[in-house]
Amino acid sequence: MIGGLFIYNHKGEVLISRVYRDDIGRNAVDAFRVNVIHARQQVRSPVTNIARTSFFHVKRSNIWLAAVTKQNVNAAMVFEFLYKMCDVMTAYFGKISEENIKNNFVLIYELLDEILDFGYPQNSETGALKTFITQQGIKGQTKEEQSQITSQVTGQIGWRREGIKYRRNELFLDVLESVNLLMSPQGQVLSAHVSGRVVMKSYLSGMPECKFGMNDKIVIDKQGKGGTTDDAGKSGKQSIAIDDCTFHQCVRLSKFDSERSISFIPPDGEYELMRYRTTKDIILPFRVIPLVREVGRTKLEVKVVIKSNFKPSLLAQKIEVRIPTPLNTSGVQVICMKGKAKYKASENAIVWKIKRMAGMKESQISAEIELLPTNDKKKWARPPISMNFEVPFAPSGLKVRYLKVFESKLNYSDHDVIKWVRYIGRSGIYETRC
Amino acid sequence: MPAVSKGDGMRGLAVFISDIRNCKSKEAEIKRINKELANIRSKFKGDKALDGYSKKKYVCKLLFIFLLGHDIDFGHMEAVNLLSSNKYTEKQIGYLFISVLVNSNSELIRLINNAIKNDLSSRNPTFMCLALHCIANVGSREMAEAFAGEIPRILVAGDTMDSVKQSAALCLLRLYKTSPDLVLMGEWTSRVVHLLNDQHMGVVTAAISLITCLSQKNPDEFKTCVSLAVSRLSRIVSSASTDLQDYTYYFVPAPWLSCKLLRLLQCYPPPEDGAVKGRLVECLETILNKAQEPPKSKKVQHSNAKNAILFEAISLIIHYDSEPNLLVRACNQLGQFLQHRETNLRYLALESMCTLASSEFSHEAVKTHIETVINALKTERDVSVRQRAADLLYAMCDRSNAKQIVAEMLSYLETADYSIREEMVLKVAILAEKYAVDYSWYVDTILNLIRIAGDYVSEEVWYRVIQIVINRDDVQGYAAKTVFEALQAPACHENMVKVGGYILGEFGNLIAGDPRSSPLVQFNLLHSKFHLCSVPTRALLLSAYIKFINLFPETKSTIQEVLRSDSQIRNSDVELQQRAVEYLKLSSIASTDVLATVLEEMPPFPERESSILAKLKKKKGPGAVSVNELEEGKREGGELNGGGGERGGDNSTIAASNASTPSPSADLLGLRTGPQVSAAPPSAGSLLVDVFSEAGVNDDGFLRDLEPPTESSDSLLAEGPGDSDSAPPSAVSEDAAPPLPESNELLNKFVCKNNGVLFENQLLQIGIKSEYRQNLGRMYLFYGNKTSVQFVTFTTTVSCPGELHPQLNVQAKPVEPLIEGGAQVQQVINIECLGDFCEAPLLNIKFRYGGALQNLSLKLPVTINKFFQPTEMASHDFFQRWKQLSQPQQEAQKIFKASHAMDTEVIKAKLLGLGMALLENVDPNPENFVCAGVIQTKAQQVGSLLRLEPNAQAQMYRLTLRSSKDTVSKRLCELLAEQF
Repeated sequence: MIGGLFIYNHKGEVLISRVYRDDIGRNAVDAFRVNVIHARQQVRSPVTNIARTSFFHVKRSNIWLAAVTKQNVNAAMVFEFLYKMCDVMTAYFGKISEENIKNNFVLIYELLDEILDFGYPQNSETGALKTFITQQGIKGQTKEEQSQITSQVTGQIGWRREGIKYRRNELFLDVLESVNLLMSPQGQVLSAHVSGRVVMKSYLSGMPECKFGMNDKIVIDKQGKGGTTDDAGKSGKQSIAIDDCTFHQCVRLSKFDSERSISFIPPDGEYELMRYRTTKDIILPFRVIPLVREVGRTKLEVKVVIKSNFKPSLLAQKIEVRIPTPLNTSGVQVICMKGKAKYKASENAIVWKIKRMAGMKESQISAEIELLPTNDKKKWARPPISMNFEVPFAPSGLKVRYLKVFESKLNYSDHDVIKWVRYIGRSGIYETRC
Repeated sequence: MPAVSKGDGMRGLAVFISDIRNCKSKEAEIKRINKELANIRSKFKGDKALDGYSKKKYVCKLLFIFLLGHDIDFGHMEAVNLLSSNKYTEKQIGYLFISVLVNSNSELIRLINNAIKNDLSSRNPTFMCLALHCIANVGSREMAEAFAGEIPRILVAGDTMDSVKQSAALCLLRLYKTSPDLVLMGEWTSRVVHLLNDQHMGVVTAAISLITCLSQKNPDEFKTCVSLAVSRLSRIVSSASTDLQDYTYYFVPAPWLSCKLLRLLQCYPPPEDGAVKGRLVECLETILNKAQEPPKSKKVQHSNAKNAILFEAISLIIHYDSEPNLLVRACNQLGQFLQHRETNLRYLALESMCTLASSEFSHEAVKTHIETVINALKTERDVSVRQRAADLLYAMCDRSNAKQIVAEMLSYLETADYSIREEMVLKVAILAEKYAVDYSWYVDTILNLIRIAGDYVSEEVWYRVIQIVINRDDVQGYAAKTVFEALQAPACHENMVKVGGYILGEFGNLIAGDPRSSPLVQFNLLHSKFHLCSVPTRALLLSAYIKFINLFPETKSTIQEVLRSDSQIRNSDVELQQRAVEYLKLSSIASTDVLATVLEEMPPFPERESSILAKLKKKKGPGAVSVNELEEGKREGGELNGGGGERGGDNSTIAASNASTPSPSADLLGLRTGPQVSAAPPSAGSLLVDVFSEAGVNDDGFLRDLEPPTESSDSLLAEGPGDSDSAPPSAVSEDAAPPLPESNELLNKFVCKNNGVLFENQLLQIGIKSEYRQNLGRMYLFYGNKTSVQFVTFTTTVSCPGELHPQLNVQAKPVEPLIEGGAQVQQVINIECLGDFCEAPLLNIKFRYGGALQNLSLKLPVTINKFFQPTEMASHDFFQRWKQLSQPQQEAQKIFKASHAMDTEVIKAKLLGLGMALLENVDPNPENFVCAGVIQTKAQQVGSLLRLEPNAQAQMYRLTLRSSKDTVSKRLCELLAEQF
């Protein structure tokens, strides 16, 4: 179990230090600073073992969060907790920065007391926490309200309190995906996967029961077998194979296991319903065609073509292509048809930005790089060309088939709920070798 | 070095550095550096020429970036360009960059060397210094190649500035250290010595470092420096603290120079010239006097500088070891430091005293501090100081204070730091043995030692105690009683059980009379420990049990019951099972007579010096043990190689194993030797063990071979002379290497013994095992390949040089030409003594190791005494013969100083090893030894009588030999005189 939790700034100064167990001494704080933050080599492993003590860390911007333990804990659990901790802090005071942490340190200690008890993670649902940890203080509450909090926190549905009422019942559903790709110069896909999240924002009255459906291959096939045959043939083509997925705690897993149906009582406000990953039949929104030619020892010619590969009616946004330059670059000339391109010496790369681009189009950049002769015989390693973008569809092909809301006690039905669905595909690590 | 003036300050650099310092994160820093690098690259692109200032600035930035840990792969050219600038700052930055970032790029090195050469010949002292510093900082082989000839010239040139000379001396020192082969001695060396007379103290200091280093390699060339150094030292020492102005450090005149001078003097023996020596002694006295004066300053720097000189002076005094007065004074001075507040001083004092203790002059003086040292051992907080205190106690120990010191060390051992325990244990064991007046005290001490620190007691220690108990009748009863009592403790260390098992098995009968330690009680006591022990100990206990059956027939049924139990007779360990089965059978089948013979009491071990001393040495490395012991150790080490360590293993104990079973390892102590006999090819590591374990087992068979001279060996020997006639020995040894310088020493090692390690280096180990009968001898040579690579074309030739040829006939069987890595091959050599001889045959070994031809020659340890037949005779007969051989040429006499301790047992063992019969009760003086024997040669028999008269007070021996042939008397006398 977690023995202690420390938060450091980028210099390694301790901002928050909370020790839960006696086996963690005061020197643990310094051990992590010396061996990880100030380490000579950059520490890549998120788990570090120092003197039989394990340190699990995550970094948010310039802030280090480290959980410490002397026991053999479930590392995945610790990281899940750290991520949750970040979410909770973001929900309370916005961006995690040194300043914000310093300003809210009382709150953070209060939160740490609540969500971690003797090193065991407790309820870390923001919605529930917000009912009794507030920045205003909780003086005005009556006895009934207090007992309500207790019953909710200790009850079966810890993530939603009773008696919520909205005049307008609304539901927002975002499918957020990031595409990761590594492609050979010849256009062969070396590896590709999509990791996606379904994020919901619900403003519903009472204790509604929701049911979420998507074009998961297994569900569709199952229905196809049991139901009408012609429908199966049609939808089977569009169904997707999900490699693995995780759900928010509100989803009834037993039901998912038996019927593959996702049913849940949603928390109030924003939350992440599920996370998933796919590797098959990914729609790659862009194709990058590089062309690099070395002219003598002191010159390099680079030509890069990008092609958008989706419906012409859709528009991709925030496109950025990053072309690495050799370390001995002494000068660069760039010509591009569309967007803006610039040589950024501090990053050793040419950065080409395009605001908007429709589907089935193509664009081109060409650059001339002058090199300084060096006495190093090492050849330039040619790092891959990477790309960033945002497209309004899900590259995995995921589609939301339905989202039904049932509330038996209150008098609104599925039709009365206003539902919004949005798909956003972003680039993860989207690289092409050159 | 002139500081960079304000106007010349590089603003861009300052801005860049402050930018980097202000970076919030590593990433930001890398971005800033990348930007700067791109900027510098575009500047260096070479379109337009840069002025010196900006070139310097950018090179500086590159240097800064490099020092931050980033790779720099350009800008070298610009830096080299800076070298040719005329401005100091630009040149300096250029050299700085080169010193830090130079890599062996041939193109650039040439340019750099050119620039340096220009500067060296420039006559501008600042530039010369810069160039010299650069050479010293880089110090690579290329640099040495280019400038090793030039720098000595600068150093000794008359018109060179002092500061340049200083730099040149240090630069040359550096080059000499990196590539000594390139710095050639020449006529400059004598002039370097005269730099000691230089006016400028800095030059002297730098030069003396150089001279010290050089003189260690070529002491003769720099001999003249001694008198110069002495006069320089005396000038410094006698100067007032204000005389040397700049070189006075906290009221101490030139402390660094003084220390270096004293250190230089330590490279040489005391000066022979009386005047110089007198002056030096005066200096040393002055230094010792100054230590007594009240300090001139309370600052720590003052006392540090003063003490540094003092300690150097004391080590010089110790090095000379010829001035009793100074040694005693030094000792007293150190005695004061022993109680000093400063821990470092106490440490140094203890360390120096360790060396002082080994000097005969100051040994007594050191001993007066025993209380303080014991106190230090007990109360010192720093473990390293305690360690030194323990070392000193060990060094100062002698017969008079051994009991006290051993007792103190034992009591300290209980609380000692774990890191020094093992060493302490060894030291206690050695001291207890070395100075044991009374062996019951020795037994007590060692048993105590095992009780207190059993885990740290190595095998050698308990082997040793058993050897001693077995060899001394008077302590056996006491030892049995003591171990019996010790074993009664509820928790015993395993080593204690081993000692107990062995001793009770041998001498349990001595205490069986007491009803409290009746045989059954003894047995039950031992057996109660049995189940807690490891396999080797259990095996030893089983052997003890079978001995019990012999000693106490009444325990037979109980012990047989134990042996018969499934846990023994079906033990999963082969060794235990075999012992149980064999002992059970032996006890039930053999008659009491047989049993009594087989399980007879152990014969005394031939006396050997302690093996534990060697172990201590191995632990601490040479030099850690005081000098006189080291000498002793050399001899012991030699013998130890001969198997002292495995002593328990070979001749071992229970003859039963030979008689009843082929089990080779049934001996009590040979547990560690593992399976013996030449069944498996032994690995390199166990070469030694192997040679000797075989010796133990095959003794009989070997003799049987020799006794009736078989046809084959006869014919072989008969052919011998013919063969060697056709090939004269000179032809054989034509291209053989000259015998090793130490081969005579090796020869002496084997005068009194037949087995051992003849030779050992990194590649090869040669073990020897030999047996002689009448005028015949057979020698087994074991060549062990210590490497992992095979030796090819391995050939050996044995030759009898010169006049030895008609006297000795040596036949070597051919040896396999290939020795695999780690393997061992054997060669048999037959020897026939035709007449008496003085020389030793030569063994030449040639083989290829990894392509390189190895060639070495050794003397085979065949000496005339090997052919001795012992002759027993009564006192009357002896003196009759003694008188018969009264002609002057028949007698050889030698009076010599004892080079080893005068231990009766050791002497006896050596005389026995010589091959003569040691005659008891012959000489009226019981202190004297007399021996008689006949040397068997083919031609004749030479009767010899020996008389050895030790004089314990004077530590002298008188050795008299009389034999019927004068050459024999002389040769024997020569051989023997080396042995005592």
